[in-house]
Amino acid sequence: MSQISYHRPTALAEAARLAMSDPDARILAGGQSILPSMRLGLLAPTALIDLGAIAELQGVRSDGRTLTIGAVTTHAAVAASKDVMTQIPALAQLALGIGDAQVRNRGTIGGSIANSDPAADYPAAVLGLNATVRTSARSIPADGCFTGLFATALKPGELIAAIEFPLVARAAYAKFRQPASRFALVGVFVAQTGGSVRVAVTGAGPCAFRCKALEEALARSFTPQACDAVRIGPDGLNSDIHGSAEYRAHLIPVLARRAVQQLLA
Amino acid sequence: MSAAQPLIGRSVERKEDYRFLTGTGQYTDDITLPRQSYACFLRSPHAHARIRSIATAAAGAAPGVLAVFTGKDLTGIGGLPCGWLIKSIDGSPMKEPKHPVLAEDKVRHVGDPLALVIAESVAQAKAAAALIEIDYELQPAVVDTATAARAGTAVHDIAPDNVCYTWAIGDKAAVEAAFARADHVTRLSIVNNRLIPNAIEPRAANAAYSRADDSYTLYVTSQNPHVERLLMTAFVLGLPEHKVRVIAPDVGGGFGSKIYLYAEETALVWAARRVGRPIKWTAERSESFQTDAHGRDHVSTAELALDRNGKFLALRVHTTANLGAYLSTFASCIPTILYATLLAGQYATPAIYCEVQAVFTNTTPVDAYRGAGRPEATYLLERTVELAAREMRIDPPELRRRNFIRHFPYASPVGLSYDTGDYEATLNRVLDIADVKGFPARKAASAQRGLLRGIGYSCYIEACGIAPSNIAGALGARAGLFEAGEIRVHPTGKVTVFTGSHSHGQGHETTFAQVVADRLGLALEDVDVQHGDTGKVLFGMGTYGSRSLAVGGTAIIKAVDKIIAKGKKIAAHLLEASDADVEFAQGEFRVAGTDRKKAFAEIALAAYVPHNYPLDKLEPGLNENAFYDPSNFTFPAGSYVCEVEVDPDTGAVRIARFTASDDFGNVVNPMIVEGQVHGGLAQGIGQALLEGCLYSDDGQLLTGSYTDYAMPRAADLPAFHVETVRGTPCTHNPLGVKGCGEAGAIGSPPAVINAILDALAARGVTSLDMPATPYRVWQAIQAAGR
Amino acid sequence: MSVTIQLKVNGRPVAAEVQADTLLSAFLREHLRLTGTHVGCDTASCGACTVHLDGRAVKSCNVLAAQTQGREVTTIEGITPEDGSLHPMQAAFKACHGLQCGFCTAGMVMCALDVVTHQPHATEEQIRAGLEGNLCRCTGYHNIVRAVAQGAKAMGR
Repeated sequence: MSQISYHRPTALAEAARLAMSDPDARILAGGQSILPSMRLGLLAPTALIDLGAIAELQGVRSDGRTLTIGAVTTHAAVAASKDVMTQIPALAQLALGIGDAQVRNRGTIGGSIANSDPAADYPAAVLGLNATVRTSARSIPADGCFTGLFATALKPGELIAAIEFPLVARAAYAKFRQPASRFALVGVFVAQTGGSVRVAVTGAGPCAFRCKALEEALARSFTPQACDAVRIGPDGLNSDIHGSAEYRAHLIPVLARRAVQQLLA
Repeated sequence: MSAAQPLIGRSVERKEDYRFLTGTGQYTDDITLPRQSYACFLRSPHAHARIRSIATAAAGAAPGVLAVFTGKDLTGIGGLPCGWLIKSIDGSPMKEPKHPVLAEDKVRHVGDPLALVIAESVAQAKAAAALIEIDYELQPAVVDTATAARAGTAVHDIAPDNVCYTWAIGDKAAVEAAFARADHVTRLSIVNNRLIPNAIEPRAANAAYSRADDSYTLYVTSQNPHVERLLMTAFVLGLPEHKVRVIAPDVGGGFGSKIYLYAEETALVWAARRVGRPIKWTAERSESFQTDAHGRDHVSTAELALDRNGKFLALRVHTTANLGAYLSTFASCIPTILYATLLAGQYATPAIYCEVQAVFTNTTPVDAYRGAGRPEATYLLERTVELAAREMRIDPPELRRRNFIRHFPYASPVGLSYDTGDYEATLNRVLDIADVKGFPARKAASAQRGLLRGIGYSCYIEACGIAPSNIAGALGARAGLFEAGEIRVHPTGKVTVFTGSHSHGQGHETTFAQVVADRLGLALEDVDVQHGDTGKVLFGMGTYGSRSLAVGGTAIIKAVDKIIAKGKKIAAHLLEASDADVEFAQGEFRVAGTDRKKAFAEIALAAYVPHNYPLDKLEPGLNENAFYDPSNFTFPAGSYVCEVEVDPDTGAVRIARFTASDDFGNVVNPMIVEGQVHGGLAQGIGQALLEGCLYSDDGQLLTGSYTDYAMPRAADLPAFHVETVRGTPCTHNPLGVKGCGEAGAIGSPPAVINAILDALAARGVTSLDMPATPYRVWQAIQAAGR
Repeated sequence: MSVTIQLKVNGRPVAAEVQADTLLSAFLREHLRLTGTHVGCDTASCGACTVHLDGRAVKSCNVLAAQTQGREVTTIEGITPEDGSLHPMQAAFKACHGLQCGFCTAGMVMCALDVVTHQPHATEEQIRAGLEGNLCRCTGYHNIVRAVAQGAKAMGR
């Protein structure tokens, strides 16, 4: 008989309390990463805390300055949201490109961010759009959110409630897929508001990061050609059978250029 | 459906589809028996290690556990056999180390099974397996194909240099003489990447023992249940063959990987009597990656000698083939008999010599995978020919045309006798339907978008329905290569066909029914086809090598002919005519030149209610069987054209167009034949662009899941333009059919790589190995640009 | 720990005790003996186990049975007419030869239904993208893509 227990709280506070009381419990936001890990024996939590019944974590709200997306809003729901499509179309497009149809119907934005998979798409959007991650305890600014390989600033028992995306002038996301997993081998999110440009990269490093060299180049000249002159060094980047650090480094400006082209189109 | 309409040649919908579409098929894992128990195999995490000790006490005492067995318990039974004896150039037999069902003294690849745990549930069996303690003494792993013979570590003691055999075919002296007078020599080093078959249904088995009659029943994911039973009973377990029934129910794809006798089902049958409960095992996908026999894995050099006009003078090939850790059931004949004999391709090359060194490594055993030897030969030859054309500045189709075989039968310098073919016809057709003339304009349009467009060709030949048994036997085969069929006419005139050709996607239940219904003048729904059960089907060699219709179908036709012959005698009696005067056509026995006739169903009824019947001369009943041993292979052939667009910034390759023109002789169901080509193309394009099995230096499988082994998905592939020409019928089987299951996988990889190399020629790239992943293409561009 | 769940499967109410970590695929196949849903991998990559959860395609090997409390699950058995005929999408797969060995077929059909429901006029490219979560090793997808387009038409989309 299985030793795992299962909880289905209906309020975030209750979920946080459960998470706090059992450090070996895992949160089930969409389950698309955790359940395969459990099947392969890579993960053996004592309890699963299912956030699926917490109404306050669902859905997209807009107040004209900020888009707020509840933590357990599925990728499919984000992709299909009229608010997201009209206010930050790059985010809807990113959501539509995550995994496959079935994954998008289950996987959630909060789950993706909390997991901080090095090849996940959403972290690039959080960083690129300078979003704020609101948790059960506080607000975490984008730049302080992703701390390493599968690591975030979330403390034990701290759960993501929602992501707040400030509306930007324009943004685009270009992704190059790893051929087998279809995760991002490299993904680059470019956002421009006023004179400020943010460029966030996923897939290439241990976690999503901002690329200052591209930000500066694009701040000087917001053109596709500006990306061509930028050379990214391979130090610290991921290397595996699907691509060396050099290849990933090469792809970063290539994809940034494509994002800029898309955004100017 | 009117019985008068011919069924052969029509794309009728498949009879088997209703059950698959409604979820009412029965695959092995769908079957749960009363008092079912479940098995888990403990597998080696190491590629190469001695086993000092195995402690199973804790596992045996774990909750729900019924039994734990290790290699020690199984001593006294045989190893898993190899079905083909290859001899080295010096006449010595191949090295044939024992392949134990459960590891005995050593583990030799990651995934090698060490122990079998049987419990009330899968979860309990897995939990208990985790409690088994093994003391390993790690050994260096032998992994690399090219260097295995110099590794300095022996996978098996009986092969200290890891060489299983060094075999050769062809006239070495004639080849050397031809090279000496050649105007041009094209040389190429070539790797044929290792593939993992990945039938979407994982392997599974469910074995039960009945004390009532001391018999066994095994449900198993097999392409050939009779062969499975024969090998298991006669060579491994020593059980009486007639006391074991093997049933391969619906099987979810095979592609070769379900031909072989594997350790798992063998261990389950052995254990079923000891446990006294049915035992079920279903592979998890990670086990499939580690233990389904892999395919390909050749490292070769090719040299082609030409005269100044581009005429091929001679071909010289050296190949090292990786067999993996053990000899799988047909492993030894794949890189020899099914490979080197195909090196003539479609060309009248007068002299060919090929030497093959086969090596053991600490990797999963390698055996036949869709095409089996023939894709390796075709890839090598068609890459070499295309390179020769480029070097000699001859249009690639033109160079091929200058060398086509034009007179049949043709005896090749590597032992085959092609009965018929028309290579010019498929080439001309494909150049036309691929709109090769329009390529320059499309290339220019691609360039406008910053993309490099290339075009590549491939002209393949295939040998299907390996035969005949006596010649194969002389070449080392340890089994026959015939097929068996039976026609059971029921008293009402309905027909059940029993065939040894298992169907696991190929649509035999439809194609074979079309053939039988056509011959007997019946409606398609009056003919059903049964396969896959040794308790029902008289015998069978199974489904592999695109042989089913050519060999299995012919056995059925021979049985049908016997039914008709007997029916004529019955009709002659009923119609008071002489046997010789009765004709059979469109479901009616008729006295020639008269309107006196009897319907097929009337004859069937008379045979089973023999009141007015020649009992003194004829047995009652209407049931016939036949065995058919073909006199030769069949030789399908075709021409493929691939167009790719390469993104030089990322290395990404997109197949822009893929056009195929195939000659399969006569075609029974064009829809099914096209579907077979589509599937083959997907696997061939998968090999060319996506799929490549990789091991680390210490023998860990790096591509052990779908997140690292790239399978072709819908968006990776184009819509295919596939056309079957009105072909050259096979001359030695009654249907004139050749076989179509492997063609796509054989012909497509060189077309894709040739196209990529054409696209990259302007960037100075001259060589590229499969799979041409974006990373690898980018690397090739970088290297050429330096 | 065991969990009590109540849900609808193929339109009928079902109540069951399951283990907390029982996957929906195992619940369907082993508890309810609905073996039309197949399992082809252990990484939620192949899509053979695709069913509908509240009308959306999900991989049943990647959902806990416990998570289906109060929800509606539809399997291949649930879309099959009881009179022996076929759903238009099933019929299109048959007519277009969109299946060979049949193992991936149930998942393919269930995913196809999601695609055409949510993208009524899907192009070939969109159909291919929509089927990205489903592996087929037999057909090369060519005829599956044709079948989905034809099925959508037959469904009046």
